[in-house]
Amino acid sequence: MSDHPTGIKRWLFTTNHKDIGTMYLWFAFTMLFIGGAMAMVIRAELFQPGMQVVNPNFFNMMTTLHGLIMVFGAIMPAMVGFANWQVPLMIGAPDMALPRMNNWSFWILPFAAIMLVAPMFIGGDFMAGQGPAFGWTFYEPLSGQYDKLAFFIFAVHLLGFSSIMGSINIIATILNMRAPGMTLMKMPLFVWTWLITAFLLIAVMPVLAGVVTMMLTDKHFGTSFFDAAGGGDPVLFQHVFWFFGHPEVYIMILPAFGIVSQIIPTFARKPLFGYASMVYATAAIAFLSFIVWAHHMFTVGMPAAGELYFMYATVMIAVPTAVKVFNWVATMWKGSMTFEVPMLWSIAFVFLFTIGGFTGLMLGVVPVDFQYHDTYFVVAHFHYVLVTGSLFAIIAGVYYWLPKWTGHMFDIRLSKIHFWVSAISVNILFFPQHFLGLAGMPRRIPDYALQFTEFNQISSIGAFIFGGTQLLFLYIIIKCIKGGDKVSDEVWEDAKGLEWEVPSPAPYHTHATPPTVK
Amino acid sequence: MSHAEGSYYLPELSHWPLVGSIGLFLATGGFAYALIYGIDGALGNMTVSYIGLAIVIFMLFGWFGTVIKESMAGKYNSQVDTSFRMGMMWFILSEVMFFAAFFGALYYMRNFSVPWLGGAGNNAMTNAILHEGFQAVWPTNGPANVGGDYKVMPATGLPLWNTIILLTSGVTLTWAHHALKAGKNSQLVLGLFLTVVLGVVFLSFQVYEYGHAYNDLNLKLTTGAYGTTFFMLTGFHGFHVFVGATMLIVMLVRAMKGHFTAEHHFAFEAAAWYWHFVDVVWLGLFIFVYWLI
Repeated sequence: MSDHPTGIKRWLFTTNHKDIGTMYLWFAFTMLFIGGAMAMVIRAELFQPGMQVVNPNFFNMMTTLHGLIMVFGAIMPAMVGFANWQVPLMIGAPDMALPRMNNWSFWILPFAAIMLVAPMFIGGDFMAGQGPAFGWTFYEPLSGQYDKLAFFIFAVHLLGFSSIMGSINIIATILNMRAPGMTLMKMPLFVWTWLITAFLLIAVMPVLAGVVTMMLTDKHFGTSFFDAAGGGDPVLFQHVFWFFGHPEVYIMILPAFGIVSQIIPTFARKPLFGYASMVYATAAIAFLSFIVWAHHMFTVGMPAAGELYFMYATVMIAVPTAVKVFNWVATMWKGSMTFEVPMLWSIAFVFLFTIGGFTGLMLGVVPVDFQYHDTYFVVAHFHYVLVTGSLFAIIAGVYYWLPKWTGHMFDIRLSKIHFWVSAISVNILFFPQHFLGLAGMPRRIPDYALQFTEFNQISSIGAFIFGGTQLLFLYIIIKCIKGGDKVSDEVWEDAKGLEWEVPSPAPYHTHATPPTVK
Repeated sequence: MSHAEGSYYLPELSHWPLVGSIGLFLATGGFAYALIYGIDGALGNMTVSYIGLAIVIFMLFGWFGTVIKESMAGKYNSQVDTSFRMGMMWFILSEVMFFAAFFGALYYMRNFSVPWLGGAGNNAMTNAILHEGFQAVWPTNGPANVGGDYKVMPATGLPLWNTIILLTSGVTLTWAHHALKAGKNSQLVLGLFLTVVLGVVFLSFQVYEYGHAYNDLNLKLTTGAYGTTFFMLTGFHGFHVFVGATMLIVMLVRAMKGHFTAEHHFAFEAAAWYWHFVDVVWLGLFIFVYWLI
């Protein structure tokens, strides 16, 4: 007699946080491969100068959909998947606060993804590139030229709707469902980072909805938001978009900080160094994220006072971020370190994310940005923070909690191969892009001058290895779900936290009676 | 799973979220299709969109109906009540931010883009070469006189009346709330009824105002920056008044059925918060869209 519903209804109609978390994670994984396949097309085309694989419009569509799918389809849903699985377990709650709405937040996503990708296949020649091809930032007035813009706009509306409901649920869960004794300052750091992330999402997703609504009315109803002839301004689009867009990048990295802050203390066998400062640093980063947006627009022709203000505000972000990096390092310092697979990914995260942070600092300086703007340096920067930052933390989190979810240990030998091949190939992939950018290669261009050939070829080879290696990750996960060595409730030696006190695999319903936290 | 008395209520399987997702998908996808391919497209005008909308409305009835039944059956303890309250508060914050985007656009146009088109800052040559003779004043329909000559909507007259109406509706609603807390159900019903009436009068006045703007003032959605911000801000606000009034009508029906007690009436408070939020947005509109021009 099973303790949970079975068949297709279990997944379609579920109100269980673990089922919904699982669906979020599989959705994200699927989108990671779809977005990854698009990245492979990009790197194949850039393997040589000249046009080989696809036509320019198709290439532009690949960069556009790769970015949108990875941001909205892979990284964000994966983080929400972790929140669904782990937040109730970690705070001793029986489930999420609003279980039916939780299901709705998930089930909007596949429909939004269909609406985003379907225009690729509607009408005309597939290889001509029928989908959106204006870059993931969909700047006006270029995006306003796209005839099927309305599908894209409503896809964004649906994604935003899903994110807002998911965030409301996470906040209500964290603030209202904690076990007795789990005071705010005793919460695991992953829970703290998600509380702050959810606040950011509720504050900025409606602004994204606003800006795409302006695009819709400009295109189909004759308004003049982004049209200078009527008194509007295309730059207005960039301001409103980046008011959403900058907090958005912290939405993708703060939960990653949280995951790594759970893993490093476990394998350093020391409590997190400076827990309170980590909480305050997270809040400070979130606050600063609202007042730095125009550093994405230094070359658009802002008044000098604006450039200076946004530069100073931007480099201030380095302070709380450095607090975090030093805290992770200080946690490891003189710890009884062991290097299990989640720890390997976390250490790689600290090291490689910091590289991405430093290049971000460079880009935050106005006169330097004039040189780097819209070059491959920018591409290298944000892939270091999003791939070796967010994605590495997601993979670390999967390896950390997978034994708790399945009750089995994953294949350690294969997962170490997965780590080392990924960690090396990702640097082969993205590190040369710094040099390409410094030498002046523009981003979002399917063809390039001859002198960029070698670094592009190295980068493409790294891309194919990195992309292919993730198939190994899929195999490791499926193998772990199907079987493997049984793990204890604690899983990792002396792991701390409520999630390690429930059985492995975690039963369908946990903490029906709240545990008491001392 | 059985639920012990007093524990947090965890619902069983529910099909409403999936129904809602399908409804939203058809409503938005069908609308996008009609916008792109014209209302004579192969899928036939707005039919798909209306079907989706009908499914969403069906879902809202079904889902809220389920929640009301569960609430009346006493399944929700005070902790569940707190979750609902938090949900509504954070939802209203998201609505505030949605309006902030449009108020931000208005602010940007009035303080930056229009003055720059008129040559402010280091834009003297832009003005001289691209928009010769364009004077930066607000309101404006831009250097190209988009939509043709128009007249400004004055703040006195209907907009002022609408301000008084909405503020009064806030008072009647608070009166109803006090009655609810004091257990006077007939006074609650009367207060809600008056609030709904004031909301409907507000919306009727706004419809009349739009007709006046289109027919007499040549002020349209397509009238450059002024028409854009005027109709988008007041239009979205009007839509929110419609949603808030719908909520209040549901509360009125429930109050007449005696659903609310002095202790247990989250739904009423949620609708009231929403109404007050809509009220505050209107004050911002009255000041920045109608008055300060």
